[in-house]
Order: sequence, then C-alpha cells, then structure tokens
Amino acid sequence: MAQTVFAPWEDPDRKPLIEFRNVTKRFGEFTAIDNLSLNIYEREFFALLGPSGCGKTTMMRMLAGFESVTEGHIWLGGQDIINVPPNKRPVNMMFQSYALFPHLSIWDNIAFGLRRESKDKAMIEERVEEMLRLTRLTKFAKRKPHQISGGQRQRVALARSLAKAPKLLLLDEPLGALDKKLREETQFELMDIQEKTGTTFVIVTHDQEEAMTVASRIAVMDEGRLVQVDTPDVIYEAPNSVYVADFIGDVNLIPGTARPRPAEPVTPVADPAPAPQPASVEDAAPAAEETAPEAPVQAQAPTDARQPAPNARGEWLYKKVFARFMGQRDLNTPQLPPPSPEELAAARKAEAKAAAAKPAPAAAPEPAIKPGGILIDWAEGQPPIIAANGDPALDGKPVTLSIRPEKVTIDLEKPDRPNVLPGKVIDIAYLGNISTYHVELATGQMVKAQMVNARRISNRHITWEDEVWIGFTETAGVILEE
Amino acid sequence: MRRFSWFNVTSLTLGFAFLYLPMILLVVYSFNESRLVTVWAGFSTKWYGELFRNKEFLDAAWVTLKVAIFSSTIATVLGTMAAYVLVRAGRFAGRTLFSGMIYAPLVMPEVITGLSLLLLFIGIGLDRGVLTIVLAHTTFSMCYVSVVVSSRLTSFDRSLEEAALDLGCSPFEAFRLVTLPIIAPAVISGWLLAFTLSLDDLVIASFTTGPSATTLPIKIFSAVRLGVSPEINALSTLLIGIVTAGVITASIVTKRAAVAQARDEQAAERSE
Repeated sequence: MAQTVFAPWEDPDRKPLIEFRNVTKRFGEFTAIDNLSLNIYEREFFALLGPSGCGKTTMMRMLAGFESVTEGHIWLGGQDIINVPPNKRPVNMMFQSYALFPHLSIWDNIAFGLRRESKDKAMIEERVEEMLRLTRLTKFAKRKPHQISGGQRQRVALARSLAKAPKLLLLDEPLGALDKKLREETQFELMDIQEKTGTTFVIVTHDQEEAMTVASRIAVMDEGRLVQVDTPDVIYEAPNSVYVADFIGDVNLIPGTARPRPAEPVTPVADPAPAPQPASVEDAAPAAEETAPEAPVQAQAPTDARQPAPNARGEWLYKKVFARFMGQRDLNTPQLPPPSPEELAAARKAEAKAAAAKPAPAAAPEPAIKPGGILIDWAEGQPPIIAANGDPALDGKPVTLSIRPEKVTIDLEKPDRPNVLPGKVIDIAYLGNISTYHVELATGQMVKAQMVNARRISNRHITWEDEVWIGFTETAGVILEE
Repeated sequence: MRRFSWFNVTSLTLGFAFLYLPMILLVVYSFNESRLVTVWAGFSTKWYGELFRNKEFLDAAWVTLKVAIFSSTIATVLGTMAAYVLVRAGRFAGRTLFSGMIYAPLVMPEVITGLSLLLLFIGIGLDRGVLTIVLAHTTFSMCYVSVVVSSRLTSFDRSLEEAALDLGCSPFEAFRLVTLPIIAPAVISGWLLAFTLSLDDLVIASFTTGPSATTLPIKIFSAVRLGVSPEINALSTLLIGIVTAGVITASIVTKRAAVAQARDEQAAERSE
C-alpha cells in the first residue's frame, strides 16, 4: 500500500477539487441541506453517510446537476458549477438502479457517453474495450442488460460512468442491490478501480461498514448538516457526538453526570490495573455549542451528589409561582465558556501539577491510574466510572460515556481493571468469529461486551444467566456531551 | 368444485352469444347467394366480387385510410408531447386542470365535439373535406394517445433520462436516444388506438365531412338507410377479419417477447 499517508485535507496549501460553500437546499418549506460547507480533495474516496432523509442524496444530486442550489455555491476544479447543466459537467454518476439503457447492448451502453463527445470511432472502440477489460465484462459486450446478472450490471454501470474519464465519479448506493458476499468483493474491486484510474470518488451510502471499508474520509450527516467529517478510524474511535457513536457500529451509551476526578485515587476498585497508555483520543468533546441543560436537576448538582436538589414538581412550582416574587435563583453553577485547546492543555498541566504537589495519600504505593479526567456518576449507589480522558471542565454537565463492545471484557471472576461492574448475562449472540454478550447491570442498564472466539465453542465457559463482571479501562470510552 | 358446472357453461354461452351472435350472423349472411339479406339461398362469394367492383366503396375505403393514417400520426406526436410534459413537468400551478382538460374529450359526447368542430370550421371558412376530418380525428384521438403514453411514462425510470443527461446528452437528445426507444411500444399502441378510432368513427366524421370526402363508416351508414345489401355484409366481414388478425398478431408478438425476456433473465441469473 501507499508508503506516504494520503491526507490532502491536512495540507492547508492543497486546493480542494470540490468546495461546498454555505450551500442550502430547500424543497418548499423543507430544508434538505442547511448552510453546509465541505471540501473534497482530488483522488479522495469520499463517503457521505447517514440515514435515509439526511440529505446525502441531495448533496450528490447537486454535484451531478440534477438539483439546483437554493443558496451558496459549489466549486469544482476552480469553476462555480451551480448554473452548469448536468450534460456540461465533468462529472459522471453511477445510479442506484444502475439506469442501464435496456434497448442498447452492454457495448453500446458503455460507448454512449463517448459518442456524445463526437470522438472518432477508433478512439471510442479502444476506450470501450479498455473499460470492458477493467470491469471484466469483455465476453458480455454483445448482450443486453437484462441478459446479465445483477453483479455484472453493476459493473456495466461503473464502466459506463468511468468511460468518459470524469474528474469526479458519483456513486449513489452502488452496492445496495447486491447480496452480502458479492457486495464485499465489489467494495474491494471499487477501491482497486479507484486507485487504478485515480478518479475522485464520492459515494453515498447508508451502510456504515461499506463507508468504513472504501472511504478515505467519511462525512456523517444528519438532517442536512454534517455531524462529523473524518477518516474512518477517527469516526469510529473518536466520534464527536452521541449521534455519530450510535450510528457507526455497535456501542454502549451510559449517560451520567461528570465531575472532575480528585487527584487522590478514590477508585472503588481494590487494586487498579497498572497505568495504561495515555489515550490518543484526547478532545472527545471539543468546543461544541453549549449543551442546553436538558436535565437541570442533574446539571446543577455539582460535586456533591448528596446536596438536595428540587424534584420536577418543585422545579415547576418554583418557576411558575415563587420565581415571580423571589427573583431569579442562580440555577447554574458558574461555568466558563468552552475551553480552547490551549486552555485545555494548561488546565491539564495545572491539574497534573496539583496532583503531583499533593502529598500522596496512603493508597499511593501502587501507580494510580493516570491522573486527571473525570468521574461519571451514572447511577445512584453505584461507583462512578473513571474516565481519564474526560475533560474536567465538563464538571456538573450531563455526559454520555460511549464505549465499543469490543473494548469491554467479560469475566466470571472479578478482574483487575479500572472499571468493573457486576451484571448478569441475558443474551449471547454467537456470530462465529465473535460473540456478543448482553449483560444487565444491577441498575437495569444493558451493556454489550464482545469476545473473540479464539477457542472452539466447546471451551466457552460463560453462558446465560451467569453472574459476570464486565470491565474496561479508563480510556476505553469516549466522553460525549449532548 | 367442477370447473364446468351447468351454471358456468350457461353463463359463458350466454355471454359469448351476446357478444358474438350478431357478428356471426353478419359473417354468415355475407356468403349468402340471395340478394335478400335475411333469406338463406346457398353459399356464394359473389358479393365479395361485387364489392371490389364497387368504385364508391373503394374510394370511401381509400379516404378512410388516408384520414386514419394522417390523423393518428399527428395525434401520436401531439399526444406524446402532451403526456411527456404532464408527467415530467412535476408540480406546477394548474397541473391538475391541464391534465383534466387533456382527458375531458374522452368523456365528451361525440355529437358535441362534432358540432363544435363544425362551427369552428364554418367560422374560419375552412372548406370541409379530408383535411377537416383529419383535424377533427386528431383532436379526439390525441387524448387517447396521451392517456396510453402517460401511463407508460409514469412507470418509466426517471434515472435513465438522468443517466443520459449525465453522459452528455442535451435534453432533446436524451428524449430521442433513450426515452423514445424505451416507450416506443406505448407510442405504437397509442398510434394503433388512434388509427382504429379514426377508422370506425361515424359521428364526428359526418359532422366535419363535405361532399368531396366520404369515409367508409359514412358510406356504410348511408347505404344501410337505402336497405342492407349483402355487399355491406361482405365489407364488414373483411373489416372483422383484418381487426381479428391484427389483434392476434399483436398478442402473439407481445407474448413471445415476454417469454424471451424471462428466459434471458433466468439464464443471466444462473450464469452468475
């Protein structure tokens, strides 16, 4: 594979091939794309990922020229293309339904675009043969589209859209109609062809596995906005929101309230594991917009959980009646604006210094878990979860710990891990290579834990109704606001 | 349950008798020796010979054919255009009104259509003849064509046209190279429908015709008023024969194409 990492998006001097500048698209009252800006670079395999109705197909159709742009501009290779009709754009599209012309042979389908350019016959022939070879369709050239199988049709559609050597190829759910095995093969074929031809590919899909497999970068979309644009590994390991974490792959989401970790180890675990690697995923919750305190009761309960807080009725009574003559009560614990990265770093350093400066208490002998981070109070009467990669500035805010099942271990004996929680196995999904255990914690919270089935099935020792311990490290999860 | 219970057989017989008895009578009496239509006097084909020597009938047949070909062709072009616009233009103010107005002549009494056309032709001083019948037939058969074509267009995969645009076609090229070849069967059946409607139209033709142009239905109708002759029976039998042959051929061709398509598709799936 490539020796140098392909990451043009990190190079500020690189000019993007495609630039969405504050693009808005409305269909009547409905806003499909909401003031969206995005850069896509040459030779990228870019995936637009999201549930149906998130606007990903509209984005693609605006690139192809089938939808007009309500506001904003789209630049392609230094040209504003919003007023260029589809037949004049250096863009080709592979349609979800393939849209092969049923009255033309495979050969004529592939030659269709070339003939419109009024190139000479020999050149067209050469190019079509080349495309047939690339997609391994040479022996089907004479057939009509209904005389070949679904997988072959998919390749014809690809060959036809690549024949004109477009600057940009759009793929609209190209593999949706294929069965799983064929789809996986075709994904690698697509990547191979993309590399061979050096074309920029933009793919629309709702299949996150497909996006992860083929794409150099993924844009996760929701309701006409970009939620996160990043490489597949960052999207998976460091989602920036509950939405992304939940949409991509399997995930355990544990909501709770953050409080900064005291410097002295208060870990409820008897003997914590040796300090693991510091997390590479530091800024899990970047300077996003202020989260509205949806759960005010939780939000204002600061460090001490025992401090009385009004219940819902009291809150209502206060707001409706007492507030009028008693004046505004200071509901919010004073909060700083979301810290900048520099501030964050400084805060961490200070914290670390404070931790170091404090005389180590009795529990000091064993190397404590990396200081800093937060504790998450996630349930009454349960030990808080340690999240060393959390941001102490989240103090008092409702947060969600997102942790992938494969980072959660499951044991019959209480393991030696920073976070251990007892539970009971409710369900086991045996998938052959891995097993997913659904464990119910004492609070009723379900947690999924995944184990690789390295041993044969006869050796598996955990079964239904077993009392088990689930465990995970203090940096395995990602702290998400929202 | 028995498939051929007496009840089923009776209803089948009654139904078909109702539909075809008159035609069978007509066909049988066309081979009658006698000049009297209702008296059987032995088998003969002499009325067919008479028919082909009758210049008036032949002229009328020729006029009818000309009118049918011209009017159905014009109606097909106009009707296809109308259908394309109505299906493709999407939602615009008054779309329902427009499509309603396209279909309205389907239910309009022919007498009214004929009368209004007659008034128009008199009003603009157009001499009545072949041209006026062609115009009149175009008017009413156009909406049949647009109904047939638009029902095909609604099930037409729009992405085929988009693919053509995407590959560099202008909108007109996309229509000519992709849409038209694919909807051709619907356009052809629209043409055939218009053709047969024009062939057998009596009411509108008699409103809009002049002394110079007599179509076959008008000719038959006026001849019958003077008394039914076996010649007319012979003519009608020929028409029935032509129509039957056409319908059977069309259905065989369609069936064969469908079977071939299904076979190809199965073969394609197996070859994967």
